[in-house]
Amino acid sequence: MTMAWLSEFLVSALILIGAFFLFVGSFGLMKLPDIMRRLHAPTKSTTLGIGSLLIASMLYFALLRDEPSLHELIMSVFLFLTAPITAHMISKAHILRSRALQQELPKPPGEEGWATLDPHGVDEARSTEPAQPPR
Amino acid sequence: MIATACLVAVGAISVSAVMNLYRLGRGPDVLDRILSLETLVINTIGLVVVIGIWFGTALYFEIALLFVAVGFLSTVAFCKYLLRGNVIE
Repeated sequence: MTMAWLSEFLVSALILIGAFFLFVGSFGLMKLPDIMRRLHAPTKSTTLGIGSLLIASMLYFALLRDEPSLHELIMSVFLFLTAPITAHMISKAHILRSRALQQELPKPPGEEGWATLDPHGVDEARSTEPAQPPR
Repeated sequence: MIATACLVAVGAISVSAVMNLYRLGRGPDVLDRILSLETLVINTIGLVVVIGIWFGTALYFEIALLFVAVGFLSTVAFCKYLLRGNVIE
């Protein structure tokens, strides 16, 4: 077992793991019954799969081709930062759009509803006096 | 060994892209479609990275980086539009 064989095996295993998790995420997106449950599959599993693929790519270019690059690190940091933000925004838009869910949930403290970014029409209809003078 | 793994990975990712397209066409709500577009973009990034490993060029990473940024921005813009009825206020 040489070093090159070991690194090839490592890269192949990471590629297969990443593809498997991407597949699981998309399968969950297709199969799960509800949008709140559907939201779990892509945001967790797919992010894990992409991270594994990027680690595989980094190892491949560093170990087997002797040209290490940091592009993958930028991409994985960006993806790991942005996946929760998109999931949060999608769930927030879902709560705002479904009236039944808003009545079912307990009321949050404060003046705002569950979706703190209300649509335009609601804002203008609710406020009788101008809330803040224009700066 | 790496070429075989890349072949299997490309097959799996293509099948998952087809599943995302199913949800994109079928999805009962707009948010399902937004979510499946986001997942489709992430699958495309994975495909580009695997093909970059397969062909042994580092040329594809800029494409993947652009895909990451554009996918995130489009998802946030769609959600902002649904939340506020406007993108830039």
